[in-house]
Amino acid sequence: MASISILKGREKQIYQKGSQDFDMSCDKKSLAGSISQRACVFCGSRVVLYPIADALHLIHGPIGCASYTWDIRGSLSSGPQLHRMSFSTDLQERDIIFGGEKKLTNALDTLIDQYKPKAAFVYATCIVGLIGDDIDAICKKMSEEKGIPVLPVHSEGFKGTKKDGYKAACDAMANIVGTGSIKDISPLSINIMGEFNIAGEAWVIRDYYERMGLEVVSVFTGDGRVENIKRSHGAALNVVQCSGSMLHLAQHMQEKYGIPYIRVSYFGIEDMSKALYDVAEHFQDIDPEVLPRTQALVREEVKKIHPVLKQYKKKLHGKKAAIYVGGAFKAFSMIKALRTLGMDVVLAGSQTGTKEDYQVLKDMCDDGTVIVDDANPVELSKYSIEKKVSLFVGGVKERPMAFKLGIGFCDHNHERKLSLAGYSGMINFAREVYASVTSPVWQFAPQRNQ
Amino acid sequence: MKTQQKAEYKATSNACKHCSPLGASLVFRGIENTIPLLHGSQGCSTYIRRYLISHYNEPIDIASSNFSEETAVFGGGANLKLAVDNIIQQYHPAMIGVGTTCLSETIGDDVPMILRDYLKNNREENGTVIVPVSTPSYSGTHIDGFHAAVRATVDTVAQKQSSHAAGINFFPGMLSPADHRHFHEIFSDFGVAYNMLPDYSQTLDGPMWTEYHKIPEGGTPVKRIVAMGDAVASIELGRILAETKSAGQLLADKFEIPNHRIGLPIGIKETDVLFDRISEISGKPIPEKYVQERARLIDAYADGHKYVFEARAVVYGEEDLVIGMASFLSEIGIVPALCASGGKSGHLEAKLRQVIDDFDAKQIQVKEGIDFVEIGEIAKKVNPDFLIGNSKGYKIARSMKKPLIRIGFPIHDRMGGARIVHVGYRGAQQLFDTITNTIIANRQDSSPVGYFYM
Repeated sequence: MASISILKGREKQIYQKGSQDFDMSCDKKSLAGSISQRACVFCGSRVVLYPIADALHLIHGPIGCASYTWDIRGSLSSGPQLHRMSFSTDLQERDIIFGGEKKLTNALDTLIDQYKPKAAFVYATCIVGLIGDDIDAICKKMSEEKGIPVLPVHSEGFKGTKKDGYKAACDAMANIVGTGSIKDISPLSINIMGEFNIAGEAWVIRDYYERMGLEVVSVFTGDGRVENIKRSHGAALNVVQCSGSMLHLAQHMQEKYGIPYIRVSYFGIEDMSKALYDVAEHFQDIDPEVLPRTQALVREEVKKIHPVLKQYKKKLHGKKAAIYVGGAFKAFSMIKALRTLGMDVVLAGSQTGTKEDYQVLKDMCDDGTVIVDDANPVELSKYSIEKKVSLFVGGVKERPMAFKLGIGFCDHNHERKLSLAGYSGMINFAREVYASVTSPVWQFAPQRNQ
Repeated sequence: MKTQQKAEYKATSNACKHCSPLGASLVFRGIENTIPLLHGSQGCSTYIRRYLISHYNEPIDIASSNFSEETAVFGGGANLKLAVDNIIQQYHPAMIGVGTTCLSETIGDDVPMILRDYLKNNREENGTVIVPVSTPSYSGTHIDGFHAAVRATVDTVAQKQSSHAAGINFFPGMLSPADHRHFHEIFSDFGVAYNMLPDYSQTLDGPMWTEYHKIPEGGTPVKRIVAMGDAVASIELGRILAETKSAGQLLADKFEIPNHRIGLPIGIKETDVLFDRISEISGKPIPEKYVQERARLIDAYADGHKYVFEARAVVYGEEDLVIGMASFLSEIGIVPALCASGGKSGHLEAKLRQVIDDFDAKQIQVKEGIDFVEIGEIAKKVNPDFLIGNSKGYKIARSMKKPLIRIGFPIHDRMGGARIVHVGYRGAQQLFDTITNTIIANRQDSSPVGYFYM
């Protein structure tokens, strides 16, 4: 095929291992006109806070921001379902001229009375930042009137990248942390952070930790509850997955409450096991029995899935895969998980990786692997074709691109409805990869000249 | 607490609408070798891409001018020009459709001026047509953005070039790719020349690729839009579509091309209007194929009429789709007990009265500017046999344990949203079978014995 060129201004965000010096440019805003796969600040805030199921999530802005984010996530709740509603002040032309403060006040007033949430989050969108509605003052006033935390989330879309939205969400949550009683919390206790309970994953992870003898105080923010967040400062350790989204809050809790944190990932056997062992080691001094219990757990779980994985590995051995995900940490796990399945990763990238992340990624990858930051469909397609991948791991936006090119696809973002974390998740992942890569439908796909 | 001063205002809860840049993006996806560009934050483009992708299951590239804080303060001119530059460099498009957003509208960016300035300084890049359209997301819904983009495109591109008029301009509106395909078939079968805008029959429901296509094949060729200035007449679908937003009206004003605004051709009555108009304008008879299709449809109506008679339906979605669907339901004996839309033209009831006999006797409720929480509340009182509309009514249908028949946009929880034929005798046939079978299945499943025969 004719070679596809890369945009000027993007060359330094693409690196092929082994062929050039490594000096990855990243952590910068997307190039105008490049069709980035990224969203905006608001998106970052919305995804992090979404799983708090007993809170009201009110989006202050025109209808689009609320409409496009209505219940798209796969985060499950074991109780209240309020998070799955889509509330908006639905600003109209006259509100833009005269301000939306009154509308916001009225909306909060009626919604809080009607739904009786445990807290309310008010998301400021682009336009609110422009017209200058004082959402802080309104939230403060409503907090006092209604007796629940009403928290502004400064997520104006243009004020940075998705990462800045994560920070805004953490800032909002930091206002709730520390407001509840921490009586009777075990010294062997943790908060699970950055685990969003996609398809019930938080329940799986929580079960592992509890079997290790730990108390889980709060899951930020999978199957989230305001009461648990209020008392989360009573935990002895914060265990942070998806560090891009939660690191800010973990650091805040370390500074303010002296709670240390560790970074983990729950995807793939290797990283899942490491997550449990790292936590166990942290509590080694308080309870030497945690580690043996953890070893037994890991052994038991791996034994269960090992024979099944072996079968899949036979079928998938030597196939090539591409990975493009939101956070770089997940890309690390995916590389290991795909290697467990006998596959080679030839393209890896993320929307929000840092310089350090890409260094790790580079060290992990085989020679010839292409590493991309903030890529677009043109680049992702170009390398998928050039590298002859038979699997693409990404999110909804990458799915049709892969299918169009006759490439198998596995959805690994927040919108999926399939649990992929933990040991049971690894089986689901293997099955999903196997189903897509080896499906007979590809026999009908037009064949590229090899 | 001061509950006595309770505000009457209600937030929009589970909206039955989207914002206008979505509609504009969709139109630009239906023009050959065209890239949509939204002038605003990155999120607008990405969210709309994601939303459209999960309905159409096709790659959907929408560029962004990617505002930052400085852009919001000092204006988006530089970003917009850079975006256009980068798009031309990477995509070599025939056209770029530039839609505004709430952000760029509010800071007052003069997009047409910025683009004129760009074109003046970049003559050598040229060949690329750039169409600006104002689509502030706080004004109207996605349908308004859709019509505005069609109109803006025609306004920028269409020209009067020839002295003798030829062909029909056809503006199908926001229907499915399969609907657009069916219109192609109808016009071809008539043997008349036509220009259809937009046309995403291929771009949003196309084949697999051996190599990457930066822009999918298909769509209305720009030269066909240029030729719209020479047409003998325009037909545009949509009873709501206001004159100021109408591309057909613009062509009438500019080039004296007669405009025929008719309803969406859903069901026999409204489809007859379309066929009659094409026949009238072209002077050609209705092709025998459609005479047959219509006859078979009437035969099917007779076979199934008892099952659907006086069944009650909740219909929701875009106003024009609701009108077309209500017209169809009424002609087969179903009562569209609640007709609801998130749109707010102020004309929904009046237009429904035009297509529904005994409107008052049927006690039909009509709600404009409504959201799904309110639809749910009214639906419970209406006690329908089924709901008909997009996927987003699923939550209500589930809570009421009533079947939901998926039509329109978006269909996010089933395959094939792009392949539903709503229009023409063929569309009516499929809808009739689906609805009748849904009612029969319900009866069958709830019967204590579950009969094998109807």
